[in-house]
Amino acid sequence: MTTPMVKFDNVTKRYGSLTVLDSLNLEIAPNEKVAIIGPSGSGKTTVLRMLMTLERINDGVIYVDGEPMTHMEKNGALVPASERHLRRVRGNIGMVFQHFNLFPHMSALKNCMEAPIHVLGLPRVEAEERAAELLDMVGLGDKKGHYPSQLSGGQQQRVAIARALAMRPKVMLFDEVTSALDPELVGEVLQVIRRLAKEHSLTMLMVTHQMGFAKEFADRVCFFHSGKIAEQGAPEDLFNNPREERTQQFLSAVLEAG
Amino acid sequence: MQLRPLAICAIVFFTAGLAVASFANFREFIPGLLQGAWITVQITIGGCIVAVVAALLAAIARMYGPAPLRWLAVSYIELFRGTSALVQLFWLFFVLPHFGIVLEPMSVAIAALGLNVGAYGAEVVRGAITAVPRGQWEASVALNMPRKLALRRIILPQAFAAMIPPWGNLFIELLKATALVSLITISDLAFKAQQMNQTTFRTVEIFSIVLVMYLAISILITVGMRALETVAARGMARGR
Ligand SMILES: Nc1ncnc2c1ncn2[C@@H]1O[C@H](COP(=O)(O)OP(=O)(O)O)[C@@H](O)[C@H]1O
Ligand SMILES: [Mg+2]
Repeated sequence: MTTPMVKFDNVTKRYGSLTVLDSLNLEIAPNEKVAIIGPSGSGKTTVLRMLMTLERINDGVIYVDGEPMTHMEKNGALVPASERHLRRVRGNIGMVFQHFNLFPHMSALKNCMEAPIHVLGLPRVEAEERAAELLDMVGLGDKKGHYPSQLSGGQQQRVAIARALAMRPKVMLFDEVTSALDPELVGEVLQVIRRLAKEHSLTMLMVTHQMGFAKEFADRVCFFHSGKIAEQGAPEDLFNNPREERTQQFLSAVLEAG
Repeated sequence: MQLRPLAICAIVFFTAGLAVASFANFREFIPGLLQGAWITVQITIGGCIVAVVAALLAAIARMYGPAPLRWLAVSYIELFRGTSALVQLFWLFFVLPHFGIVLEPMSVAIAALGLNVGAYGAEVVRGAITAVPRGQWEASVALNMPRKLALRRIILPQAFAAMIPPWGNLFIELLKATALVSLITISDLAFKAQQMNQTTFRTVEIFSIVLVMYLAISILITVGMRALETVAARGMARGR
């Protein structure tokens, strides 16, 4: 068996007395596309945020590409990771947010050049070339000089995808990236993600309420319920023949809402 | 835009001043008062620069510095906000020499007023940094930026835009406070006016001109800050 690209090993996350994730075990293979579904508050966002190191974990270890990320080895034991260690491993991961979080004081192109220049140390010319290529790929070749405030939600989200890709991550995280969009703009963003999944060897984790998209996009669907994976499997199985009652209830409620 | 009422005010005062002054030959006061005004302008500019630098350093040290720096920043802010600018001027000018530190009056004026306003400015800076949406920090982490880089390239530029209007007020406060420096032997605009008044007793003319001069400087500050605000706002819109 190959080394998993991402591995949650008994990871627990608490906010005060509230246990949000309860001894989570999850392995994701290189290049695998995983969709995460589940009711609001079940811990889906928290999974991605822990993997992006936006949240510290309370227990367990997260591994990325075979290497502990939340911890590092010291004299044969695992100790909590230093900022330096975190920065090294975190470079493997990119994230796209529900609310885009573009830098409002920079053009689309500059948004995509900032980190490659100042974090990866790419020469400006090369960073610009890469940024322009990626903006072309997400269909915004003619909007390079636009500021976020001059772009529609769908366009902003596509810039955000290009910006994350510019760092050449191995793992991409998408947290409900179409939830803040007007319905007619959802398609253009999903189209970009579809292309990414086909044309790039990326490991992808996607929290979504778009069941139709999850079905065609994902190799595996994980259904979260109260901080645990209640059921997981291939999309055909999970959507067509859910075994758990909670899954059935959730799916019928979502289908009801359309 | 609040420029129009300001301009109208300026014109009214100016004409009134002229009307009164024209009875006597007011021109004889202008060169002396302009000398004073130039000193006032120099102290204002110097003080504003000191204030901005002190405020940025204090706010960043307080928010992100290690404990000793944090305490230092908090002490500075509380000390300079909790005592009057006049007492601060006197300390730097009359007390420090007892400890072997002798400073030029102009340096004292610029340092004291700058540090005083900087202490208030630190709270303005802190507020503006805090007001930048958390998502901007998170995006920076997701792009693997070190904290310092994120602060410098992502957070501060956005905070600057929000800081400009309150800084405009602080700069004008600083201008008004410069009138205190006559008490440490500096011949600023207020001092010159008083001096001329004592020798000529042409109170109305002199203080009308002084009023117009102070107003002109503060309008310049306001106009400058407006321009800066426009530049900063160009192409910017908060991410949400
Ligand atoms: N910063 C926080 N402080 C306290 N509770 C939080 C925080 N973030 C999330 N939670 C709680 O953790 C639970 C899971 O949240 P989340 O992962 O955002 O759920 P989902 O994305 O599945 O809707 C929720 O009950 C939420 O209220
Ligand atoms: Mg969520």
